[in-house]
Formats: sequence, structure tokens, C-alpha cells
Amino acid sequence: MAGMALNSDTPHTKKASSLIYDPKARGIFYQVLTVALLVLFVWTIAQNTIHNLQRANIASGFAFLKGRAGFDIGQSLIAYSSDSTYGRALVVGILNTLQVAIIGIITASIVGFIVGIARLSKNWLIAKLAQVYVEVFRNIPPLLVIFFWYKGVLTILPQARDSLHLPLGSYLNNRGLFVPTPILGAGTWMMLVALLIGIVCTVVIARWAKKRQMRTGQPFHTVWTGIALIVGLPLVTFLALGSPITFDFPIAGKFNLTGGSVLGPEFMSLYLALSFYTAAFIAEIVRAGIRSVPKGQTEAANALGLRSNAVTRLIVLPQALRIIIPPLTSQYLNLTKNSSLAVAVGFSDVVAIGGTMLNQTGQAVEIVALWLVIYLSISVSTAIFMNWFNTKMALVER
Amino acid sequence: MKKTLLSAAIGAAVLGFASAASAATLDDVKAKGFVTCGVSAGIPGFSNPDDKGEWTGLDVDYCRGIAAAVFGDAKKAKFVPLSSKDRFPALQSGEVDVLTRNTTWTISRDTSLGFNFRTVNYYDGQGFIVKKSLNVKSALELSGAAVCVQTGTTTELNLADYFKSNNLQYNPVVFEKEADATTAYDSGRCDVYTTDQSGLYAIRLKMKTPDENVVLPEVISKEPLGPAVRQGDDKWFDVVSWVHYAMVNAEEYDLTSKNVDEKKASGGPDIKRLLGAEEGSKIGTDLGVTNDWAYNIIKLVGNYGEVFDRNVGAGSPLKIERGLNALWNKGGLQYAPPIR
Repeated sequence: MAGMALNSDTPHTKKASSLIYDPKARGIFYQVLTVALLVLFVWTIAQNTIHNLQRANIASGFAFLKGRAGFDIGQSLIAYSSDSTYGRALVVGILNTLQVAIIGIITASIVGFIVGIARLSKNWLIAKLAQVYVEVFRNIPPLLVIFFWYKGVLTILPQARDSLHLPLGSYLNNRGLFVPTPILGAGTWMMLVALLIGIVCTVVIARWAKKRQMRTGQPFHTVWTGIALIVGLPLVTFLALGSPITFDFPIAGKFNLTGGSVLGPEFMSLYLALSFYTAAFIAEIVRAGIRSVPKGQTEAANALGLRSNAVTRLIVLPQALRIIIPPLTSQYLNLTKNSSLAVAVGFSDVVAIGGTMLNQTGQAVEIVALWLVIYLSISVSTAIFMNWFNTKMALVER
Repeated sequence: MKKTLLSAAIGAAVLGFASAASAATLDDVKAKGFVTCGVSAGIPGFSNPDDKGEWTGLDVDYCRGIAAAVFGDAKKAKFVPLSSKDRFPALQSGEVDVLTRNTTWTISRDTSLGFNFRTVNYYDGQGFIVKKSLNVKSALELSGAAVCVQTGTTTELNLADYFKSNNLQYNPVVFEKEADATTAYDSGRCDVYTTDQSGLYAIRLKMKTPDENVVLPEVISKEPLGPAVRQGDDKWFDVVSWVHYAMVNAEEYDLTSKNVDEKKASGGPDIKRLLGAEEGSKIGTDLGVTNDWAYNIIKLVGNYGEVFDRNVGAGSPLKIERGLNALWNKGGLQYAPPIR
């Protein structure tokens, strides 16, 4: 049959029909078609948007970012007033988001690791407490956790005039936690230099000590030397300069405490809620990671005569981390994205400030686009960092 | 096969986009059989659901007036509660036909947002409410206070301007929803809550102990509140504007929902013209509605004075004075062009 068909076909139709039935050509054709349709789809949306904006007489473009914002922001890490531009207001929002995300990730990791290890504890009470914690926080929506902390903070803490006096000149009331602010006098930079020198020296000594141990088997007290260098050097500089750092203490004002720095209840509730919520997931990841290391590994290490501390540090954890890090990355991303719930308690994150800008300028399309780009950049950067960390930690196969 | 489905879906999507909200809102409203109004989610006296779930208030009655003018039936109005942040996109996208949601008329909203304002159904101004226990007598004593405010409002901007021009410090605590902001103030998170004065009186009633809160005397801004429609739709804009003017004219002529039937027969030429009782009058049809449009508004909703009184004035728990909202010939600013 095949031979007959081949003979009866003219060269022209043969080429065409073989192209249609060629799986490779068909594959390419469909891919090109998909891309073309996708481009058409996006183009249509863009055209429609532009058309609708023009029809509705709405000004568009990003020029509004240079305009005067006109509104104030409660929490700001950089200098900001109502005279600043919309662009700067957005930067304030981004920094606030990053602040709560970074501190939240650190706290969530610490709490998560502790709870995860506690769940594997041989102590019944500790294991059960950890389990209850994980089950409670894992099964509540994050928004409710935030509300829980916020309403809790607002209703339980005292009013501004009856502030709780904490040690070190700090105060706590329903307006937030007030702590003294360090005022950096002349020569503070020298302490920073001393700190850097301390860190660099520690790294150099650690490398040298490892090499020496490899060569001679002699251990060296790297940890103690490191602490002495990192803490000691800046301390000596501090004393030598005659204490250049003074503190601005919060004092009772007419309405509230003035002076010092304040962590508002909005920030606190968001930070605590995100940390404790995400920590429950991290705890489960840590537990799964540790459980995934085969028992034979521990037994083999014990048989070699390693102490249990060394078994955990050198045998179990490196293998567990390989499994822990990838899902940990997505938890970090979740925490960052969940920080957009800040709007519910009035914390000025990038969504809240963007929302205000949207309302004052009416530039809905532009601001939604900015939100997308900002969160995408934060998430992708986190993922890139964690992937790098993952490759560092992964077992090198030889 | 998959590709056919995909291209069909894309084709449908493209067609779908082509049929966006058209510019002739009046025709759209008539075709769908009701008018959709964006209102605030709960400000007593302006738009607030009562204990039976019925919407009541000054802004709500404005919307019912539009329904009465277009359909001769005040019930053909649907209400969409909107936060201050959602209100403008909702109007721009055509989700609502008109925004009757105590929205301040400003130049940027009139121009760059693409809206049209003309009538002012409530002349307001921004004020402050504080706890009596603070012993504050004037807004100028508020330096250092924590101020609760709703985001995306002119209030937020006026607040910044006022404190800046008086060299006062403050700490803004910003919420998206009015209810969240007032709860935060009530629970002591802020020393001060600021919004339009009418809103302050309304919110005071909702507080745990209304009597422990006091509205400060300063009015720091002009807040002309009125309905907004999309720009470039003059016919609809005219209908929305003249509903208000009909109500104000009716008050001027002493036409109320009770005496309108009687006056329709016995009234002078001005009244007959307004009510569409004049021989051969085309006023209503020229506006794009029926000739008895104004009669329907007054009969079914009432004149401006009646509406004001029952929602925010002497006949309501708010007991707000007419003040700037009195008729022009009684010392106020409410003035309507003649119906002729």
C-alpha cells in the first residue's frame, strides 16, 4: 500500500501531505499558533483597556508618581511627609512590606524549627503541645489570626494614660510598644568598622582552624574566639570613644508617650500573626524533613562512635535540610504575600498605600500593574536567593 | 480539537470585550428596568439599611427619586454598598449607573477621574470628634494626637493640610472601612476621629457611650456632597441633576408628597409646569423621561425639605440643623434653576 501511494503521488502533494502528517512540523505549527493567539489575546485586552480609558476620559500613564501625595503615613522607615511624591509614598509602602516580611520570616523560621523539633520530642507533653499549636494555627485563615492579635492587642492592653512600664525605659499600651531610640553620636562609624573587622577576623580564623584540624586533628575553639572578636572589638571601641551612643527615652505627653521609637499595634499584630501562622507550616516541614532521613543513617553514625550531638549536626541535619529548603521557600513566599492582609488592620503596607493612591488619583490600571510588579519582584528575588541557598546546602554527589 | 476550543474561547472573549458599557446610560437603565446606585456601606442618615433590611437615607432617597423620575416607581432602584476605595472604579466600569454616596465634588474627580458633578444634595465640612475626658476644646490643641481616618477620602488630604498649615504633629491611623476606623477610635486606638461633620453626628450615635464624645467646633474644609456620573453622557447627567432641582423647586413651591395631588389641579402656572400638568408641555419628554416625572418624585419620595427632615433633620435621630442646606431664600445654599 505504502509503495503504491508513494508512486501515485506527485512530488508537490507528497511534500504537503508529509508536512501535515509530520509530528515535528505539526508540533511547531501548533506552538506558533498558540503563541500567536496569546499575543492576539493580550493585544486585544490592552487595546480594549486603552480604548475604555480614553472613552471614560481617564488620564493614564505613570506621570502621577511625580505628583504631591498630600496624605500622611503613620509608619515610615524613611523620611516622608504629605509634601513627598506619590512615588516616595509607594517606596514607604514597599519598605513597610519588606520590613514585616523579613522580620516575620526570621521569627517564623525560629519558632517553626523549635516547634518542629519539639513535635519529635520523646517528652509526651512537649510533643503534644507542639501538635496542638500546629493544628490550631494551620487550620485558621491568616486573616482571622491577624484579627485575633489586633483585637486582642487593642482590648487587653491598657489605654495610653495607664501605660505598662517595662524594663529599659520601655512602655506598652494600646498605641504600641514604645522603646528608647539610640542617638548615634560622633565616632559611631568606628564601632561599625570594629564590628566588620571582628567578623572578617572570625571568618579567617575559622578557615585556618578547619585546615589545621584537617591536617593535624587538633580542634580549635573557633566559637569562643569569634564571639570575643565580634562582641569585644566594638565594645572596646565604644569604651575607648567615651560612650558616643545616647538614648532618647519615651516620656508621657499630652495624648500619648512622645519620644523614642514606637512599634504600632498594626505592625505588631500583623507581624505576630504572620509569624505564628507560618511557623505552624514550617514546623511540619521541619518534622517531615527530619523524619525522612533513614534510621540506618543514625545507626551507622552511632556504630562509628559519633556522639549524638555530632550525629544530629553532621549526619541528620544536612540530609534533612536538603528536603526542608524547597518547601520552606514557598512558605516564605506565602508569608510575604499574606502580608497584603495588612490592609485589614490599617498597617501601611504597599497594598494599603497603593489603595490610597488609587483613590486619590484614580489610576487603577497603573497601580494594579505596580502591585503585580512589586510582589512579583519580591517573590522572584526570594526564590532566587533560596535556590542559591539550596544548591549550597544540597549534598554534593561525587 | 483542543485548539478549536481555545480559539473559540478567545473569540468569545474578544466579542465580550467589545460590548462594554455604552455611553447612553439612560437607555441602558430603561432597558434593564431599574437604576443601580452606588451608596456608602452604612452611614446613618445618608445610606444605611434599617432593621428590616430596607435602605434608608438622604443618598438612598436621591436614588429613589431618580427611579421615580425614570420609571414612575421609586422601588425600581438597586443599591450597591461601596467602600470609599471601591466607589470610583465601580462607577468608571459601569457597575453602578450613578454614585449617590456622599462623595465630595473636587476638580480632580471632575476632570482626571472622568466624572461629572453638578448638584450638591448636602453641603458639608470636615470636623473632629474626641473623647470628652481629653478636655480638648479646639482642634488646635490636637498636636501629638493619634487620628483615625478612612483612606482614599478628601478627609485624609484635608487632615494632612490642616495639621501642616497649623504646624501641628499627628499620627495618622488609616483604615479602609469606615466601621474599622470608628471601632478603632471607640476602643481607644486613636484620640481623634475625623470625617465630614454630618458623618460625625451619625457615627456618634453608634458609639458605646455617645455622650462621652464631643464634636469640636472647627470645620476645616468645604465638602459639597453630591451625585457623580460618568463623563460624556449628557442625557443621563441631565436626568440625575434635574431630579435634585425638581425636589428643591418643589420645596420652594411648598409642594409636598401630601399636597401634590391637590396642588396639581389647583396650583399656579409654575407648579403646573413642574408637575407636567401644563397643556402641550414637552419638558419631561425633552429630558428623556415622562411628563409627570417631577410629580412622581414628589409623590413617591418627597420634596428636598421632607427628605432632609426625615433622614438627617429634626425628624431623625441625628437632628442636624438645615444650616447651609436651607433654601437660598431662607439663608442657605440650596438653589435650583427654574423649570421653564
